[in-house]
Amino acid sequence: MRKKKVSGGSTLRKPLVKWGWFFLGPVLLAFSIGFVWPFIQGIYLSFCEFRLISDTTFVGFENYIEVFKDGSFLHSFWYTALFAITSLVIINVLSFMVAYALTQGIKGSNLFRTVFFMPNLIGGIVLGYIWSMIFDGILSKWDTSILLESKWGFWGLIILLCWQQIGYMMIIYIAGLQSVSEDMLEAARIDGASQGQTLFNVIIPNVMPSITICTFLSLTNGFKLFDQNLALTAGQPYIIQEGGTVIKTTEMLALNIYNTFYGQSASAQGVAQAKAVVFFILVAGLGLMQLAFTRKREVQQ
Amino acid sequence: MRILAKNRGKTLLTVLFSAISVIYILPVVAVVLNSFKLNTFVKTNTFDFPNSESFAGFANFEKGMTFGNYPFLNSVIYSVIITLLSTALILLFTSMAAWYISRRNSVVCKIVYYLCIFSMVVPFQMVMFPLSKTADRLNLNSPWTIPIVYLGFGAGLAIFMFAGFVKSIPLEIEEAAAIDGCGPVRTYFSVVMPMLYPTMISVGILEIMWVWNDYLLPVLVLDINKYRTIPIHIQYLKGSYGTVDLGATMALILLSIIPVIAFYLACQKHIIKGVAAGAVKG
Repeated sequence: MRKKKVSGGSTLRKPLVKWGWFFLGPVLLAFSIGFVWPFIQGIYLSFCEFRLISDTTFVGFENYIEVFKDGSFLHSFWYTALFAITSLVIINVLSFMVAYALTQGIKGSNLFRTVFFMPNLIGGIVLGYIWSMIFDGILSKWDTSILLESKWGFWGLIILLCWQQIGYMMIIYIAGLQSVSEDMLEAARIDGASQGQTLFNVIIPNVMPSITICTFLSLTNGFKLFDQNLALTAGQPYIIQEGGTVIKTTEMLALNIYNTFYGQSASAQGVAQAKAVVFFILVAGLGLMQLAFTRKREVQQ
Repeated sequence: MRILAKNRGKTLLTVLFSAISVIYILPVVAVVLNSFKLNTFVKTNTFDFPNSESFAGFANFEKGMTFGNYPFLNSVIYSVIITLLSTALILLFTSMAAWYISRRNSVVCKIVYYLCIFSMVVPFQMVMFPLSKTADRLNLNSPWTIPIVYLGFGAGLAIFMFAGFVKSIPLEIEEAAAIDGCGPVRTYFSVVMPMLYPTMISVGILEIMWVWNDYLLPVLVLDINKYRTIPIHIQYLKGSYGTVDLGATMALILLSIIPVIAFYLACQKHIIKGVAAGAVKG
């Protein structure tokens, strides 16, 4: 059996060698243009001062030092972290509850699932404008606006993101809940476990893989949020600090990087690229950490 | 008794979820209502039905067509072109590459594969500046050429998903084709590709949803004065005036979400399956 596979593999593999350019060529070309080259160039540019990409001066770690002295960046970092963690908790708790309820065989489950998932298809920019109309419709009754108070900007974005992502996470949780074996649930029932005990001691440990995926996704989604942030508040309201630095109170990391590149006072594009590198390390690192942390608690099957 | 209580609990849940579902679609209802209202009433009477005073008829939709100094229909056409071309390119080329990588399994292939996985954790902000400059220099700034950029930046997830499926296809089928005299190209197109169709639907749906809703990549790459996609158009409504006509904006938003919801209702099963399959990436 084994021998056959090896020989079979080579009858297939040999003729493939000539055709590499045909199968891999187009993707490799586009992948180099769209990812590999910009990525390498991005790392290089973060160590440079430049106005044009063809005219760069190497400045070492100067840009990175600038980044950590930039008050607006530090503000957006903490704001983003707070936002990502808050949204992670709320979205996951709610979507798990919804998924749990919808797998109990209640009437209309399919219809509810359809409704809850629907907002996930609407793009971030459009979502932002829909919700800014709604929030302003409500807040105008109290003579305020989502653009005037940063606490409304924060919770408004949380509500928007919940509306968009609960349905998505719900789908992943439902798939996880449906894979919990009926035998195990029956054993718990026979042993006289209450519904709460079954949930916490049998079901949750068994859907840990789904919880891993969902926490990981909602954390990185929270950190990478851009379109919704731009369309809902675009960082407003602004406050001006004593040193003259403008802090955009509801500006998240991705938007801060964008504004450093393309905003009105965009002179420091090297600094902006350094911010982007820091942002990349943060997002990639968080993802890895989260995975390592939750993997440990998964039930070994 | 217990069964009775359980059934009552289920009925209560159904009632509760019906109420939540109604609340859930209220934002969309609000868009519909406000797209028929005069601008001044959108902010003050956001949640009221249009009445004789505030009803604007189809004026918002008419105004929306040329609103923001850009024809809305053009942005619809460009969005459709970019989404369809990009998805077609991604499906064709990444499935070919994924099959080749899995079967050939050489060092180069492994490097490409791990690079693809790596690209999935890289946020767009990391590459956006050099990418937009490169795309500009290579004249990839039109709706007909930007799909190449999408192919490049979106290749990671697609190759990952296709390669995962290709590994589950038994080699014997392709061996039989090879023994019957098929070269790699013929083997791929007449034997392997048809088996990949279900995965193609999943990947295709993910790519359609991504490209259709994407804002940042096209706004940085495209020549904005000539080409705007729907998200760009809607974002620029705000930028082009001091105050925005909210009624007309809502009319455009309604027009832009109707096809999305229709698409969703038509292929709901595939969409939910595709999204669950692609849940490895945010």
